Formats: sequence, structure tokens, C-alpha cells
Amino acid sequence: MGVLPWVWWYGLRRHAAYPLGSATEALTNTVFGFMRAYVLIALWQVRPSLGGYDATDAVTFCFITQALIGPVQIFGGMDLAERIRNGDIAIDLHRPAGLQGWWLADDLGRAAGSLLLRAGPPLLAGALVFPFRAPAPENVAAFAVALLLAVTVSFALRYLVAMGMFWLRDDRGLNAVTLVMSLFFSGMILPLVVFPGTLGTVARTLPWAAMIQVPADVFLGRYDGVELVGALAFQAAWAALLLGTGALATRAARRKLVVHGG
Amino acid sequence: MIEAENVVKSFTVRSRSGLLRRTRTPLVAVDGVSFTVAKGEFVGYLGPNGAGKSTTIKMLTGILTASSGTLRVCGLDPSRRRTTLARRIGVVFGQRTTLWWDLPLRDSLTLVRRLYRVEAAAHRERFAELTALLELGPFLDTPVRQLSLGQRMRGDLAAALLHDPELLVLDEPTIGLDVVSKATVRDFLERINAERGTTILLTTHDLGDIERLCRRVLIIDHGRLAYDGALDELRRTVDADRLLVVELERPGPPITLDGIQAERVEGPRQWLRLPRSANAATVVAELTRVHQVRDISLREAGIEDVLAALYRGDRAYRRPGRPVAP
Repeated sequence: MGVLPWVWWYGLRRHAAYPLGSATEALTNTVFGFMRAYVLIALWQVRPSLGGYDATDAVTFCFITQALIGPVQIFGGMDLAERIRNGDIAIDLHRPAGLQGWWLADDLGRAAGSLLLRAGPPLLAGALVFPFRAPAPENVAAFAVALLLAVTVSFALRYLVAMGMFWLRDDRGLNAVTLVMSLFFSGMILPLVVFPGTLGTVARTLPWAAMIQVPADVFLGRYDGVELVGALAFQAAWAALLLGTGALATRAARRKLVVHGG
Repeated sequence: MIEAENVVKSFTVRSRSGLLRRTRTPLVAVDGVSFTVAKGEFVGYLGPNGAGKSTTIKMLTGILTASSGTLRVCGLDPSRRRTTLARRIGVVFGQRTTLWWDLPLRDSLTLVRRLYRVEAAAHRERFAELTALLELGPFLDTPVRQLSLGQRMRGDLAAALLHDPELLVLDEPTIGLDVVSKATVRDFLERINAERGTTILLTTHDLGDIERLCRRVLIIDHGRLAYDGALDELRRTVDADRLLVVELERPGPPITLDGIQAERVEGPRQWLRLPRSANAATVVAELTRVHQVRDISLREAGIEDVLAALYRGDRAYRRPGRPVAP
């Protein structure tokens, strides 16, 4: 362990180093939150209790997910991909520390910084302007765990995309595909509860659900007791599976390695 | 400290040759290189761009695995014992940085202590020593992105040496630095080699670095070792021609003198290449007798010419100081 808490701390500070940029992003997330909220309100006026949500659930869902955009980095991307492209990865590979663990610590730090700087404004604005369902105190701890797992799943997916650089040499195609998948299947575009039939079932079992839909439902208090444990276990299982795949990908990359450039 | 025996590294380069067809071309970056570096040596590792220098360094640090041959660094197989080895060597990639871009330099140096598990007291002492030697004091609290290239390089050197490695591998540490920064870096390297006995392997295109620092040079070309020996030896063994630059009173036809002919004419200036056998004094005397000469200068072949000839593959220059296995 040793060095990783420090990497986490540096990751936090590194990503919190530009507060003005973060403030701009928070503002953007808030403004888009209002647009999404009005669309959802219109939808719930036509179809009240769609997917088991009422209008307040839908609006709260909208703002909690807007607040999660930064921490969960729903739009994808990681500095690691660029480092593989330009050869800086040589520095990472030389360090006497595991590659995935190092970047996980850095990314959890990034998420914490983002949570501090970007999550507040959309949540606050949503709560002040719209009917809002604040979480019960006992759900706050569960939400914290769900959020940690959501960030881990997000990291693991983005790490795998970055690892793809070793084979593909360019991550634009992979990024475009995963961006669409993550926006649609996480619940960012519409809550997954409104997806009907098989599509809904599939969407709710894919890893992207663990990034947005599950933590939002935990926030809304839609899970009790065993269900809550099940929801967190669902996230944890995806996190474990994806991190395991990431470890295999790292080993494979090391084996085939050509450090690009220089 | 380093033992390389018949080390080969080959890559497969894939290129698109049709809509779906790809051609695989094997590329041998390092082709059977053998050398040893003893403890406390300061060795220059030279070669033209693409000769296989960086590939060798990546194999020495365990980032790349050799395709064949045996390699031992600090007695360890680098690719198998990469993590253990990383704690015993320091590496600086001149064109890359290990420092945290957005954070003060001090933080990057503190992290080194955690990464290499250095005792607090030992770290404090070494930190103070390196800060003084590299004159880091004035910018320790400046974010790395605001440092000049020279400052950043000094920071990177400190980061590579804080865990007191036995071997320091430097990949172009003076690239892009101004003369003052270069001098600081060279003084520093000379000092840690002399005083701490740190073994140093230095890759550079800067011949000033080599002339100033390295008693021994390895030259790699097309993946093969072209020379391994003392720098002075290299200069001596080379059939270096001398160049006589003559400035005449007025422009004239190319000078011909005892079989020596001007190889370049620019107005009143002419360049004559003197073979080793020629006596410069006789040539100059003859020149001034026959022509109206305003000025004359004689230039010895520098290490630069020697290397240029070696890199060009000039047969006459392939005279290794020590026998090098083909």
C-alpha cells in the first residue's frame, strides 16, 4: 500500500488545482440540469408514476445525476491514454508500483476533488428551485459507498479503454462507442427505470447502470435492507470483474509492449 | 553494474498495405549488443537517432524485455525483477518528466520518499543535499508547470537520485538546456560520480556532455555496437584529416598543391583537406610562397567529425578501441 494514499491525495490536489475551470463546469452542469428537469417534468405530467418514479423523484434524479457527471466522469477519458500515445507511459512503467492501482488511486483523488468542487452547485440549485427529495440520514452513508463503487466502476471501464491504446494506437473510435454506451446505459439520458421490457432488464444489468442509476436510486431511498445490499453488491461485482480484467489487460500490455515514441 | 551479452530486441511493425491487408515487417532495434559497465564508471552511450539507444535503456530498466541475449543490471534480470531493480536505479528521460505537473516541485520530491520507502531521516539529509547541489531552493514551492526547462530538469535529477540509487541512467538530460543550465547539470553529474561513486550511463547527442564527463564511450549504430573504448583512444585511432582554411587576397581558381586540392571555394576563401601524412608547416609555407594569402587557419577534426564519419558508416573509422564482437 504505502504510496497509494499519497497518490490519492496528490490526485485530489492536482484536479482541484484549477478552481475556476471547475466552477465553469459546475455552472454548465447546473444549467443543463434545468433543461433536463423541464423535459422530465413534461414527461411525468403526461405519464405520472412512469417507471415507479413520481415527478419529484425524476427531478431529484436529474440533479443528482448532473452532480455525478464530474466525479463519475461519465463522458469518459483518462490522462493515461494520452501518456500511452506519447510514450510518457515509460515513466509509469518504470515506477516500482502497480500501474492500475496507481491510476485508481489518482482517479479516486480526482473524483473526490470533483465532488468537492463540482457536485454542490447543481444539487443546491435543484433543491432550491424544484421539489426535491433529500436522502434520509441513514441513506447518506449508503450513498457514499454507492458513489465510491460507481467511481471505481467508471475508472475500471475507462482504464480498459486506455489500455486499448496499446493495441489500437488511437482511442477516438473506442471513446466514441463507450461515450454513447455510457450516456445511454447509465441513465444519464433517461432514468433506466423507464426503459421497458428486455431493454430495461439488460440496461439495468450492464456495468454503466452501476455508475449513475444505482447510486441515484440509493440517494432516492428506493432500496431497503436486503435490496440495498443487493444493489451495492451489484456495483461491487462489476467493479471486481472490471478491475480483474484491467489487471489481465495490464499484464498482456506489458508482455506485448512497444513503448511508442522515443 | 551492467552486463549485457548479445542482447537483441526486435519489434514487429505492422503497416496497412491494402483495405484489409496488413504487412508485418520485423524490425531489429538492438542487434546483439554486448558490453559491461563496472561500478563507479561514467559511460557515454552514443549513436545517431534511431540507432537503438532508447530501446537499450528501456531494456536496462526492465520496461522492455530483450528478445534474446542476457542482461544483468545490479546483478538482476531487469524485466523479471523490474520492481526490485527500480528501487536500486535512478532514471531520467530528458524529454519526459516524473514530476507532478500541477503541484509544487516539493510535493513530487516528497512522493519519491513514499514510493521508494526511504527512511525519514535519510530522506531529509539527502533532500537537503540535493536541494543545495542543484540549487532547487528558490523554486521548491513553484508548480512544476511554471518551471523553466532547466529548473525542471534539475528537479527530475533530484527525483531520480533521492533514493540514493547505485546506477543512474540518463536519456538526454541536457536536451534543450541553455549553456548555464547545462553547466550546472554537468557539474552536478561529475560530482555525484566522483564523490558518491554513483555509476552513470549517459545517452546524449550533446558532445560537450561527452567530452566533459565521459572517460569511456559506447557507440551504437544500426543496433550494433560500433565502438567501445576510451574517448581519447577514439580520437587517436581515427584517421582524422585536418582542414586548412585559406583566405586569399582576391578570389581565384581552386588551389592545387602537392596533390592536395581545394574541396570548397567561396569567394576568396578556400578549404583544403590535409591527410594525416601531409606536413601542415610545409603546405602553409608553399601556399604563402605561391599565393597572396590574407589569413590561414588550421582545424583539427573534433569528436563531432569523428562521430559524423562513424555514423555515416565510413569504413576507415571503424576501428574499435577494444574488439567488439560483430
